[in-house]
Amino acid sequence: MKVDARELVAALAPGALLAVVLAAAVALVAATLEPAERATLVALVEPRLALVVMLWFVVAIGAGVALHRAWLHFGAAPGRLGEDLQVLLKSGVDRELPATGSAGSRALAAGVNALVRQRAELRADIEVRVLEASREVEQERNRLAALMAELTQSVVVCNLDGRILLFNARARLQFRALGGAPALGGAEPLALGRSIYAALDRQLVAHALESVQQRLLRGVAHPSAQFVTTTRGGQLLRVQLAPVRAPAGEGGPPIAGFVLMLDNITRDFADESERDRLLQQFTDASRASLGNLQAAVELLEMPELDAPTRERFQGVVRDEATAMARRIQELASHTTQTLRTRWPLEDMLGADLVEAARRRIEATAGCRTDAPEVDTALWLRVDSYSLIQALAYLAGRLVEEHGVKLLQLRLQPAGERAQLDLLWIGHGLSNETVVAWEIDPLRVGAETSALTLRDVVERHGGAFWFERERQRHAAFFRFLLPLAAEAAEPLGAELVVRSDSRPEFYDFDLFEAPAPARELAERRLVDLSYTVFDTETTGLDPSGGDEILQIGATRIVAGKLRRQDCFEQLVDPQRGIPAASIPIHGIEPAMVAGQPTIDAVLPAFHAFAQDTVLVAHNAAFDMRFLQLKEERTGLRFEQPVLDTLLLSAVVHPQQASHRLEAIAERLGVAVLGRHTALGDAMVTAEIFLKMIPLLEAQGIHTLGQALAAAQRTYYARVAY
Amino acid sequence: MNKRVLVADDEPNILISLEFLMKREGWQVSVARDGHEALEAIRRDRPDLVLLDVMMPLKNGYEVCAAVRADEALAGVKILMLTAKGRDTDVAHGLGVGADAYMTKPFSTKELAARVREMLESGG
Repeated sequence: MKVDARELVAALAPGALLAVVLAAAVALVAATLEPAERATLVALVEPRLALVVMLWFVVAIGAGVALHRAWLHFGAAPGRLGEDLQVLLKSGVDRELPATGSAGSRALAAGVNALVRQRAELRADIEVRVLEASREVEQERNRLAALMAELTQSVVVCNLDGRILLFNARARLQFRALGGAPALGGAEPLALGRSIYAALDRQLVAHALESVQQRLLRGVAHPSAQFVTTTRGGQLLRVQLAPVRAPAGEGGPPIAGFVLMLDNITRDFADESERDRLLQQFTDASRASLGNLQAAVELLEMPELDAPTRERFQGVVRDEATAMARRIQELASHTTQTLRTRWPLEDMLGADLVEAARRRIEATAGCRTDAPEVDTALWLRVDSYSLIQALAYLAGRLVEEHGVKLLQLRLQPAGERAQLDLLWIGHGLSNETVVAWEIDPLRVGAETSALTLRDVVERHGGAFWFERERQRHAAFFRFLLPLAAEAAEPLGAELVVRSDSRPEFYDFDLFEAPAPARELAERRLVDLSYTVFDTETTGLDPSGGDEILQIGATRIVAGKLRRQDCFEQLVDPQRGIPAASIPIHGIEPAMVAGQPTIDAVLPAFHAFAQDTVLVAHNAAFDMRFLQLKEERTGLRFEQPVLDTLLLSAVVHPQQASHRLEAIAERLGVAVLGRHTALGDAMVTAEIFLKMIPLLEAQGIHTLGQALAAAQRTYYARVAY
Repeated sequence: MNKRVLVADDEPNILISLEFLMKREGWQVSVARDGHEALEAIRRDRPDLVLLDVMMPLKNGYEVCAAVRADEALAGVKILMLTAKGRDTDVAHGLGVGADAYMTKPFSTKELAARVREMLESGG
């Protein structure tokens, strides 16, 4: 235990003081005595000296103990309280301080304790509020995400730099459709953190933003701008741009980003142009005909006409009248056709339509329905109201007129269309009945519609018939319906692939755009975007003729691994695959047959990795393969490269192994699907993310610092 | 001397009416059935007035009109465009390339005759 100097002084001071007083008294008395008297006194006192010393000792101890006690009581307690207070302030720990010492010190401790309690309460309160607030924010985000997911319009949200912060499934499908052939490596045209300008013309967006900004300055309530653009695939897009305003009072630019709403108007536009063209043609032709008619008729009225001339003019009149009748007939038939096809049909998930129809049938027809057989991936393009009306009408007549008790709905794909069946077990219907039902007005319960079944079918450009299913002793009505054009690709299935959590369609953290002017090397590791990649190769010697078999990559944006934003492509190595290497990478020669060669894959990968820092485990190896192709493909990977092997040596210099598995185990990263390029890239990415805080603990915050630290490690001197 | 009128139109059904009408008005009439023929006839015969249709094969009325106006020697030829193209942009186009007048089909024969007479007599 450490002895406080002041405590020691308090204990020893009385004894010392007494000793000094005694010595002074003796010296003073001795100075006034004659030598003879002094000798007498010494002779007198000497035998009793022990008595004096004992007295001094007793008094010294008694006073020392008393003063020591007094020091502890009055002096030390406030000092200790002071120290404890410093600890409380600095550590943030909330604990009660012991009340010791004098009444004053105790009062002080009580006061401090009251303050400590108050602080704890305030903190708890703040925590609750923060929790509440973040729960609300989370809820709002989820609501927004759900809303976006349901929208049938494509929506993409970007920050001012054009980086994508959010998009919905519809936009994802639409952009895929625009791109034409799927990109090599399966890279998505839309991915969080990527630039929208890869898909849309930067000039057009900039122009729209500028006009929105001007409208904002003028104080327009809903400033938004529209433009139409063609994509590389020749599609026509109508884009509406609305600003995302920056929070008020921050002094920055008034806009923090923008929302793009996209419509593919290629078909609408073509339809409209065709309509205009026809109308124009019709007008011009009719004018000409009328001109001819009028001239001929007016001239016929002239008295001096001879018979042959009259006959010729009458011929003109007959001719033109016939031509006009024919033209009008053509126009009329075209109009009805376009009217039918122009009926507003909506995209709807087939399963939703079936469920709604089933509920309606049970409610109106008064019969039971079996669980429907539905292909849940089907998206239809339908007028759901009239279609459900038609199904309920058919069900009603079956129940009423034929005593059917149990019905079932069935939805299956049929080539470019879907077939929706209404089945029942039991006897069929005659053709005459079916035809009669088709042309009767739809009647459901007390409601009668102006439409007939045939109208509904025509509205969908579809077909309708009655069929028997002999083996089940069943009969059914079948509707052939159009599929939704862009959702024809099953949406649900691919979203669950490689994703254990919910799809990452949005990340608002990206709104905080990094200052673009900062040098890359000075930017913080947590702020950068990375492409983490791995290659599988035929062997270990790139200069000796070994080739890349597969490239896999994923991205880290805004400090998160974007599992869906990935690249995976097998490569035809244009050479044999050594049998000894097959157990390592599992790529058989048959798997690379027909795959693109590195000359085609490398440009796609280069595009995928654009504007990011490259990360790989033992990057020198992979980079060597890429660099050897630079001359042939003309593509240079000039971005900075971080190597998780070297970084591991930086954060754990004492560890013997810096193999990927060993690091993964050390950092608690689950290793799944190793030794596919993408699997390894994912593991590497997770390891890298875990390393960033470890590097920060060593004072390595920026890319430049990380590169320098990696350089310094021993392994950096190993060269392939 | 009789003024000469060229009727240029590819539709026989209007050609016979116009030819008859112009003759009845006392003009000396020739006809052309496409743009080429019309331009050749204008260069060769130097008519006083051309009734020019827009939609003709080989060379449309605008082109014929522009070619005539580009030729100094044909400055005296008056051009009345007579067409089924009735949008204001078509009218502006016609007058822009140098037509003296523009009439849209259908038209009244009486008005057309009066218009032609007016144009021929004012030009002397």
